Amino acid sequence: MTELSKIRNFSIVAHIDHGKSTLADRLIQLTGALSEREMKEQVLDSMELERERGITIKANTVRLNYTAQDGETYVLNLIDTPGHVDFAYEVSRSMRAVEGSLLVVDASQGVEAQTLANVYQAIDAGHEIVPVLNKIDLPAAEPERVKEQIEDVIGIDASDAVEISAKTGLGVDKVLEAIVTRLPAPKGDRDAPLKAMLVDSWYDAYLGVVVLVRIVDGVLKKGDRIRMMSTKASYAVDRIGVFSPSMQPVEELGPGEIGFLTASIKQVRDTRVGDTITHEKRPCAEPLPGFKPAQPVVFCGLFPVDSNDFEDLRSAIEKLALNDASFTYEMETSAALGFGFRCGFLGLLHLEVVRERLEREFDIDLITTAPSVIYHVYKTDGTMIELHNPADMPDPVKVARIEEPRIKATILVPDEYLGDVLKLCQDRRGIQLDLTYAGSRAMVVYDLPLNEVVFDFYDRLKSVTKGYASFDYQLIGYREDNLVKMQILVNDEPVDALSTMVHRARAEARGRAMCEKLKELIPQHMFKIPIQAAIGGRIIARETISALRKDVTAKCYGGDVTRKRKLLEKQKAGKKRMRQFGKVDIPQEAFINALKMDD
Amino acid sequence: MPPEPFAIRPGDAPPAARPAPRPSAPEGAPDPDRNRATAPAPDPGATEDWRAGGFGIYVHWPFCKSKCPYCDFNSHVSAHVDHDAWRQALIADLEAAARLTPGRRARTMFFGGGTPSLMPPATVAALIDAVERLWGFEPGAEITLEANPTSVEAAAFRGYAAAGVNRVSMGVQALNDADLRALGRTHGAAEAMAAFDVARAVFRRVSFDLIYARQNQTPQAWEAELRRALDLAADHLSLYQLTIEPGTRFAQLHARGRLRGLPADDDAARMYELTQELCEAAGMPAYEISNHARPGDESRHNLIYWRYGDYVGAGPGAHGRLTVEGRRLATENLRAPGAWLEAMRAGRPAASFEEIAPEDQAAEYLLMSLRLAEGTDPARHARLGGRPFDPERVARLVEQGVLTWRAERLAATRKGRALLDAALRELVA
Repeated sequence: MTELSKIRNFSIVAHIDHGKSTLADRLIQLTGALSEREMKEQVLDSMELERERGITIKANTVRLNYTAQDGETYVLNLIDTPGHVDFAYEVSRSMRAVEGSLLVVDASQGVEAQTLANVYQAIDAGHEIVPVLNKIDLPAAEPERVKEQIEDVIGIDASDAVEISAKTGLGVDKVLEAIVTRLPAPKGDRDAPLKAMLVDSWYDAYLGVVVLVRIVDGVLKKGDRIRMMSTKASYAVDRIGVFSPSMQPVEELGPGEIGFLTASIKQVRDTRVGDTITHEKRPCAEPLPGFKPAQPVVFCGLFPVDSNDFEDLRSAIEKLALNDASFTYEMETSAALGFGFRCGFLGLLHLEVVRERLEREFDIDLITTAPSVIYHVYKTDGTMIELHNPADMPDPVKVARIEEPRIKATILVPDEYLGDVLKLCQDRRGIQLDLTYAGSRAMVVYDLPLNEVVFDFYDRLKSVTKGYASFDYQLIGYREDNLVKMQILVNDEPVDALSTMVHRARAEARGRAMCEKLKELIPQHMFKIPIQAAIGGRIIARETISALRKDVTAKCYGGDVTRKRKLLEKQKAGKKRMRQFGKVDIPQEAFINALKMDD
Repeated sequence: MPPEPFAIRPGDAPPAARPAPRPSAPEGAPDPDRNRATAPAPDPGATEDWRAGGFGIYVHWPFCKSKCPYCDFNSHVSAHVDHDAWRQALIADLEAAARLTPGRRARTMFFGGGTPSLMPPATVAALIDAVERLWGFEPGAEITLEANPTSVEAAAFRGYAAAGVNRVSMGVQALNDADLRALGRTHGAAEAMAAFDVARAVFRRVSFDLIYARQNQTPQAWEAELRRALDLAADHLSLYQLTIEPGTRFAQLHARGRLRGLPADDDAARMYELTQELCEAAGMPAYEISNHARPGDESRHNLIYWRYGDYVGAGPGAHGRLTVEGRRLATENLRAPGAWLEAMRAGRPAASFEEIAPEDQAAEYLLMSLRLAEGTDPARHARLGGRPFDPERVARLVEQGVLTWRAERLAATRKGRALLDAALRELVA
């Protein structure tokens, strides 16, 4: 247990490639947490892992012992979090677990969009921020210009920014000294009842569920009985320890300290990021503020391409869900796709991460159906249903009104791209709430329907701003609008997996765009294929895939037989990634790509 | 079953006899030396299946005066060719194949390339003599040589005829000078016609090739050209739609968007249909996707490929199919001419041999035989080890007018021949 005044907890905010990992390595090396040899073997590995984890949303942490110029030895805890809007809540919890941040900026590149969103998170969390200019040894480095930019754009004092080269190690000692002298020590009461924040948790093959905690008040010891305040579940603590950077057991964790515990918790689902952990016997009166249970906001169907793989998919989803509390699932049956699951995600990135893991780690080819949000459908009989799947839409004559979720979106963008961003938001039925400038950057705030955002908004935003915009949103409630269910018919048969909810005024344009997209995505067949969009029984858009007229190898003699046979085998494999609807083969990626709009 | 590659040198004993001679197992019986546990035992009748297609000899002459931009064949431009060395090496290659296939007669022999009309007639004569000595020809055997239609090469035609060649196939490709230049051909249209006249005077059987769906070619232009070609034609025509093959100059240009004026798919399809109509009307229907002949004058050598017979591939990069002691082998020679020649001279392995699994043989038979108007014999396909066709899929393809039953054979219709690759995917993928 370390005295509060000798603890510093911090995170590093940086744009990708600005040197966060290299600086972290240097800090570990300089404080002697690892020997030269271990550096190569351990840290680099864990950095690789972290890159993998960048998508699994896990916080990384390391505890460093540093003897400062004042002769005192300090404990420095670094928490490293990836930042993406889907996981904004998780990132904000990690930020709440520390008191300060290093803002690392490439002295030749300057502040980038990604940095902004994260640094505002840090400011929101009340952090003291130490600007660090990296790559100062590069000929293109312009420290003065970049300092000015930090002051203009972010609005913090950069006059005493630390100038370093993480690569050569130049100035890294000054970073350590700045952490000690400029970042505040944590506050806390050792004698108060235990109050600890659950920062993150993950499944470890040997230890079971490992929980990363920040102690606010009180003391946590091995053998203590603890209670999770949101779930009310209680556990006996098996192990406590710190990451230095490998797991080291400790006797106790006191106020201001960051470490881990294990407690025979069976599933990661049983642990909620941001929850407050206290003692069962002597609980604290109030939980920490800001806890939110994970709330999936985007839903879609996941179906195996090969219906024989359904049981494999079930077991893969169950395994994945054990380690990801924010992901929900329930069985779904589709007339077109057979058995599958309706799954809920934090956002589109989260959806893609889960889908990719299912395909990669469990080797299952998947069809992903159109993502949907939760609509509140009020029926004429006065009841309301939560609609997760357009296929479940009640008969329109029984529907009184439909409400959809709205968000408040905050977008930071260099002013040269502002026009494109405004147009994008207008096109997505946005209502402008605010427009202000910070330096040469504009901050726009829009009220947008979530369903216009969940799908490809972030991709479009990145593309129209060449990656220079940052984006954040929060749900602000439900509002009625003129929404209808649009169906897609392929070769005169409705494909339920392509049904979507759309705004009536945008239905024609949307239907046309989907039909055009499907025309590109579905290969030509030996017969012509009509593709139609319909609302109720009314066709609102139509395209036709013309019949294939010629597809034959002109020359095929004795030397070509092997090659032709192997090509046919490859095509067999390719066909497995298609799904047959009546007579038409639809490639699995068509279900999701049909929705991508190039507006 | 994983293919089992092994290499053989000219002069080696047949592979089945190595390392020690042993009595050959009854046909189709489990072979204790090979891991056949997972492969279905081939039908005893299938082991001599090649007889349904016949047996022929292919000789590859890899040299050209220049490389054409559409050509992905194994061809090379070389100023100096050591003709003695090449003759000896090709004969050695034939001898090695003959040791694997005793007791057969050759129905056909085919000199392809490259440009085999650059071969000295004496080399051609020596190779024909070698086949006669090693196997013997069937009565009325067909011996074809591919020729460029230039005056120089035409001068050698009598020498080839004296050597035993009785059919030539000429790479005319187009009937006007501008298009010939675009195709990288060194001959002009008038020169080609003169060479064609010489060939007609020397050989009864003369075929020529044309390429259509060329840059800036309209269906009308192709129709006029094809009418002229049919007026000229002797007994056989090969009419190929221009295909951009990977690794060619055209492919490079195409990738950079610099191969302009290629006909749209609909126009290309129209040209194919025109080809069928005009050739049928002229009494030269398609007997294969791109090949037209007066009945009885089909290329008997190429029919061996399409009917999935056995064939020897001699020369660099040549492929063969040889049934050896009941096992069907795919043979492939070293592709680079220099490497192949060196290996042959030094007595090193110059070929790879791979056994073709029964279901793969069935697939090869299917994809080749469906190219023919006569189509596929489902019973033979099944005997080879093919899964029976899904009756539902066949019915659908028949209903769509792509396939048809002719007697007991499944064949592509005229419409279906244009869609054969798609039809094959439908049928078996």
